[in-house]
Amino acid sequence: MLIYALRRLLGAIPTLFIIVTAAFFMMRLAPGGPFDQERTLEATVMANLNATFGLDKPLWQQYAIYLGNLFQGDMGPSFIYRDKRVHEILAEGLPVSVQLGASALLLAFVLGTALGTVAALRQNSRVDYAVIAVATFGITVPNFVVAPVLSLVFAVMLGWLPAQGWGDWRQMILPVIALALPQVAVIARLIRGAMIEALRSDHVRTARAYGLPARMVVAKHALRAAILPAISYLGPAAAALLTGSIVVEQVFNLPGIGRYFVQGALNRDYTLVMGTVVIVAVFVVVFNLLVDLAYALLDPRVRYD
Amino acid sequence: MTDTAAPGRSLWATALLRLRRNRAAMASLVILALIACLAIFGPRLAPHGYAEVYPEFVKVAPSLRPYPQEDQVIPAAERALKRARVELGEITIDNGTVRIPLTSPREIDPRLARYLDRSDVFTEARIVDLSPDGKSAVAEARVQQLYFLMGTDANGRDLLSRILISLRISLTIGLLATAVALTIGVVYGATAGFLGGRIDNLMMRVVDILYSLPFVFFVILLVVFFGRNVVLMFIAVGAVEWLDMARIVRGQTLSLRRREFVQAAEAMGVSGGAIIRRHIIPNTLGTVIIYMTLLIPKVILLESFLSFLGLGVQEPLTSLGVLIAEGAKNMRNAPYMLIYPAATMTVLLFALNFLGDGLRDALDPKDR
Repeated sequence: MLIYALRRLLGAIPTLFIIVTAAFFMMRLAPGGPFDQERTLEATVMANLNATFGLDKPLWQQYAIYLGNLFQGDMGPSFIYRDKRVHEILAEGLPVSVQLGASALLLAFVLGTALGTVAALRQNSRVDYAVIAVATFGITVPNFVVAPVLSLVFAVMLGWLPAQGWGDWRQMILPVIALALPQVAVIARLIRGAMIEALRSDHVRTARAYGLPARMVVAKHALRAAILPAISYLGPAAAALLTGSIVVEQVFNLPGIGRYFVQGALNRDYTLVMGTVVIVAVFVVVFNLLVDLAYALLDPRVRYD
Repeated sequence: MTDTAAPGRSLWATALLRLRRNRAAMASLVILALIACLAIFGPRLAPHGYAEVYPEFVKVAPSLRPYPQEDQVIPAAERALKRARVELGEITIDNGTVRIPLTSPREIDPRLARYLDRSDVFTEARIVDLSPDGKSAVAEARVQQLYFLMGTDANGRDLLSRILISLRISLTIGLLATAVALTIGVVYGATAGFLGGRIDNLMMRVVDILYSLPFVFFVILLVVFFGRNVVLMFIAVGAVEWLDMARIVRGQTLSLRRREFVQAAEAMGVSGGAIIRRHIIPNTLGTVIIYMTLLIPKVILLESFLSFLGLGVQEPLTSLGVLIAEGAKNMRNAPYMLIYPAATMTVLLFALNFLGDGLRDALDPKDR
């Protein structure tokens, strides 16, 4: 198990390397630079700026320097926010994004599991149809429709919750719901399907035959088998949450890292964009690893060696 | 099924029968046909051009009555004639025609009617009843009758016309980008499945790696850095969405490869490429069509996502994503700017998804 984890971690390094390299060269091949403004700068000023940020060196050298610094945890200076290093900017935004994403993931998992289980236990009842309707809606309607509409209804029209900003728990409610809804839908659907199957399986029938209380049978025996597909979906869910957070952070004006990515790309802030890509890539890779390990812990049939 | 004794029915006939029984799918089919008609003919039939700006009617609310509404006419006339340096008398409106008595210490120039024509509110403005000394006159003009059934946007453009053109753009990009994704996915999957062995392993390993990448981030980079042209959008979107298709087609190909007709073709010395083209790809088409209907909404979604971030279609063209983003910006004082595009998008996606699900259920041979 430990060896498997280590091997997977080592295996992730080439993936990260490919991502960093691809992003670096893709960005540099593109026309335009961070210092192209509406008012063109004097040639000497431009040369000085380029020299300060090391943009005058050959591309491969810049790449080597960037990689070297990256290994030491330095993501270089931001080209646009002049007095800050990229890792400082990201360190400010990351807690917001992580808090948002983690809350949404937790909500999606708990609510999705609960809805799916309830629907499966009362198959073809009204509750079941309601859950299916919610799930279909959540899967069909994307974040960028849900987020502004939630904001319009609950913040602008009803005035129950703040429409923007960060810091108060009330300000977290709408963004988390908007971000979590599609994942709630998928997880509820997965759990419902797996639960219906699990409830018909032999080991659940045996547990019932032993006279275990119904709640125990569902919680301990059926759910344990039914939860596996949802666990393995958490990897893609995390990736979807990352993309969704770009939209949600924009709609609710949250100071996370999602907005730095789009802004940075539009401003040609090379290092900032690279920083975001590296963080996101590391996050996705590590999360996928964790999901695989959790899978092994929960499902005794899975063996890694 | 109970009707096994009935004469043989082809796969497609059975599928059609099953599809007809699926009410949600049939309703979706009707709605989609309607939406397609709106996208094709709507922009031509719409009362206003999608890029036509009415500066006098910025963010007017949706209404079944024509604009300008009664209380707007007199202020509009006063505004229009403000720079004409004439005294205005009492303005009267009669049967769609406005009469404005004018007096001036100097002679009135009849060309002054142009001030009225320039406004969106009036047409056919002219000076009548010019007094002999030329110092007083009456200006007459017809009041426009403009219908904005869904209101206007922040630039004074008709929202209905913009939704119609955005439907056309979203559907076109959806179909073309799906075609791109389809082509890459089918060719890649069929090749991997047909060649098999180590090459197959390698090719599918690449797909696995791509799956685990935060691919949308690369699409955003691509679109930002290489300009926001529509062709690039197709390629970017197609390049992301082909992965599922490649996996499905590969699976199909692996099973087709062992069938007799492929082996016969091989025995006759048909080349690998020709077998893929003539035998493998046509036989995967049924599955491919099902997944295509499920792919279209995903592609439309991705395009709208990019447009929502301001990276997609450029002004004055528009897409549903752009309209929703603009609506989100203006929802405080013009909520209809968010509601109508969001509702359109929701209906479109629901219809596409229900039809896709219905087709899959109808064509899936698993639960026959």
